[in-house]
Amino acid sequence: MNAPVAPAGPVKSIGERAPLVDGPEKVTGRAKYAADYRSPGALVGRILRSPVAHANVIEVDTSAAEALPGVEAVVTGQDCDQTYGVLPIAMNEYPMVRDRVRYRGEPVAAVAAVDVETAQKALDLIEFRYEELPAYFTAEKARAPGAVQLHEKKPGNIERHAEFELGDVSAGFAEADLVREETFQCAEVCQVQSEPHATYAEYDAERDRLTVWPSTQVPYYVHLMLSRTLKMDQSRIRVIKPHIGGGFGCRTETLNVEIICALLARKARGAVSLVISREETFITHRGRPETQIRMKLGLKRDGRITAVECDVVQRGGAYSGYGVVTVLYSGSLLYAIYDIERIRYNGFRILTNTPPPGAFRGHGTVNSRFAFESMIDSMAEELGIDPFAVRRANLLKAPTFAANDLMINSYGLPECIDWVEKASGWRERKGKLGPNRGLGMACSHYISGASKPVNWTGEPHATVNLKVDFDGSITLLTGAAEIGQGSSTVLVQCVAEVLGIGMPRIRIIASDSAVTPKDNGSYSSRVTYMVGNAAIEAAQNLRSVLIDAAARRLEVAPEDVECLGEIYRAGSQDRGLEFNEVVMEALKDTGTLTVKGTFDTIPESHGGKKYRGAAIGGTMAFSYAAQVVEVSVDPDTAEITVEKVWVAHDCGRALNPLSVEGQVQGSVWMGMGQALCEETRYHEGLGIAGNMLDYRVPTIMDSPPIEVKIVECADPHGPFGAKEAGEGSLAGFLPAFTSAVADAIGIRPTELPVTPDRLLKLMEKKEQEARAQEKRRKIA
Amino acid sequence: MKTQISLTVNGRRRDDTVSDNLLLVDYLRETLGLNGTKIGCDGGECGCCTVLVDGRARHACLTLATSCDGTHVETVESLAAKGRLSAIQRGFNEKLGAQCGFCTPGMIMAAEGLLRENPMPTEDEIRAGMAANICRCTGYVKIIESVQAAARELAQ
Repeated sequence: MNAPVAPAGPVKSIGERAPLVDGPEKVTGRAKYAADYRSPGALVGRILRSPVAHANVIEVDTSAAEALPGVEAVVTGQDCDQTYGVLPIAMNEYPMVRDRVRYRGEPVAAVAAVDVETAQKALDLIEFRYEELPAYFTAEKARAPGAVQLHEKKPGNIERHAEFELGDVSAGFAEADLVREETFQCAEVCQVQSEPHATYAEYDAERDRLTVWPSTQVPYYVHLMLSRTLKMDQSRIRVIKPHIGGGFGCRTETLNVEIICALLARKARGAVSLVISREETFITHRGRPETQIRMKLGLKRDGRITAVECDVVQRGGAYSGYGVVTVLYSGSLLYAIYDIERIRYNGFRILTNTPPPGAFRGHGTVNSRFAFESMIDSMAEELGIDPFAVRRANLLKAPTFAANDLMINSYGLPECIDWVEKASGWRERKGKLGPNRGLGMACSHYISGASKPVNWTGEPHATVNLKVDFDGSITLLTGAAEIGQGSSTVLVQCVAEVLGIGMPRIRIIASDSAVTPKDNGSYSSRVTYMVGNAAIEAAQNLRSVLIDAAARRLEVAPEDVECLGEIYRAGSQDRGLEFNEVVMEALKDTGTLTVKGTFDTIPESHGGKKYRGAAIGGTMAFSYAAQVVEVSVDPDTAEITVEKVWVAHDCGRALNPLSVEGQVQGSVWMGMGQALCEETRYHEGLGIAGNMLDYRVPTIMDSPPIEVKIVECADPHGPFGAKEAGEGSLAGFLPAFTSAVADAIGIRPTELPVTPDRLLKLMEKKEQEARAQEKRRKIA
Repeated sequence: MKTQISLTVNGRRRDDTVSDNLLLVDYLRETLGLNGTKIGCDGGECGCCTVLVDGRARHACLTLATSCDGTHVETVESLAAKGRLSAIQRGFNEKLGAQCGFCTPGMIMAAEGLLRENPMPTEDEIRAGMAANICRCTGYVKIIESVQAAARELAQ
């Protein structure tokens, strides 16, 4: 063997603008998504959905469908008597209705047939008999006295009433120089991830085993719920996550699609592909709930916030889903961004006969943040305080704990605020943009993973395995679900950095329950923080194994071994050992190496016990963001154009700046969709915007340049100091946008989305008022 | 009813008998197993199924397979020559024009069609040329940068 050339030293991976490790698959079309899994003989699944929103089920007669040649399986609610749901305390949904339909489009039955035409014909042959009940499509009607209860144990159709009061709020208002109150209305929005939901399932009848490829963000939950609903031992189920076409939260819960597909596969004793349409994906929903917020704020003349009162009503849809958590987040995350002591919160999650919302990106925080930032902005204006100054008057000092015990160790908000002020040219440009053009700013924050997992098992939050074998390759095994956010890339970067080797030496296998360690999945921006830390620990453990091996070969003490990534040596004159040589030495006697790293949250991050549900919001670290939005308004059509966005996001440390930028731009843009044009709409519970035209998603033509500044306020517990990057910037867009509209035309919309018809009404109202005032002035 | 069609798909000659109501996207995915072309909506909304028919970008979900008789159809699978990414694919890979990747094959084919007609498009021309394709991950910023990077590379 030739002596190695002079070692170049460890390769850097962290902080590099690394393209995605699965990028080549994606750009060549080789990446396989759930709908791409098909084997010869696989059956096609289809779902029959309820034509009514609220009804007692009398009968689901499938005999004619079952008799149709080519139909291999028909399943109904009778095939599954187990409820499911993401929260152990609130599992009240069946994959297909049993006694009661609770929303229009809820699955009633499903078929597996040899082809689409036969499956469709079979659905037509199923007779669904029901007795309609009064249905409630608004929170107000569902709460009204005498309304029929959707669920037995939920009187008044209240899914959850969350409340707390910390500090003397009334005294806070009494101390204030200015107290204002306003009501805000946010329409329901849907993730509309690019890939409609799909599942492929194979049932091995000989061995009673099930393998499922679901389009999910949390394969582990799917595993648990399949076991529960199919009454199959968990060891007989294998869940393999294919490529995932986005999620943004709608796939953090197990969906009926996944369970129905598995039920069909088992009944047909074969393989079933169940790909639902875009319209059905809208019906499956799990988006952000329609929310009404009454926000009351007290401010001192210098801009200090003295007290906050916030009432929230969320239209929770027909089932619990994540609802309890959403309504708790909406209150608890009023904290941890500014220095506020006294908050009174009252949140209601109401059950209605509409598809259930879930955990949309920025879970629970977005609509509350919109209301809060809108209020502080307009009140500052009234007090003659600049929007930047009022935020600066209320900054926190880290490390600290918020009044509701949320742990804050790093706080880059001041720097974010400074940057957007400067980059946007706020001081020079504000008020000088000419008519119908304006600037607005706002701040937001988000958690880096919920410190308490949904399923409390006593295991660490994250486990990563590294397998090293004779070929010198390293295989990173993780359950963390790559859904397009770049988690696989960042984990490879973490391991490469610790070992000082190039990323190409590392392969990653993500989310195959038969191969990879369990992971709690991709939700609450937990992966970089938690799984990243586990990956670092695994790599450190591997590194010490390799250093020990090198020390044996070099006949020196381990502390004398220098690791240069591809070369391990002792002393600068030593030619050293190549990586493969070190690996071979390490494998002697033990064989293939598997090392492990884990991560757990610390108790201080779990949130307090100050009120029921106070743990919601507890996290190891908060990201912070500030943004300035520039808009122009067409005075004739009331159409708003977002001209540009400047956003600064404190992600602790950018492990991959390219990815961080992409995440922040995507977040801001998704906030823009909610602010500008996106809303689900129903007529008598029937979705009437179940496509990407009527549910207006912004096109490339509507989308502004988004300039991103990465602020790196390192977190002491974060992986290389990192915090979350994929959600925190979303919420700030909404209030920054409406503030920009206010700056442009003197009207601050409080109802989202600000569609031209809504804005035109506000503009006309303002004009009428101005005319009336003029008239009164003349008379006087 | 079935019809005999002759066409080339990614340069290979095909003679197939297809149902008259078979969509081009299903012909590509189901009949030929070319899964790179994606279905993201219920018809003509998202652009995930964009392919080139005689060099022009088309929604394969709004195109009948029979209407492609005598044409040259190109999908995302045709672009990487001898395993090397095309300039547009490299642009999307290196500039993070793809996050989840589901809209990417359609985006890339739309960009391919655009750059063949207009090798050095302005930013506005890129926006106009890609307006029929929806992405939910990127906010389009890095998609525009990806197309610009590809155009620069192709110009060299």
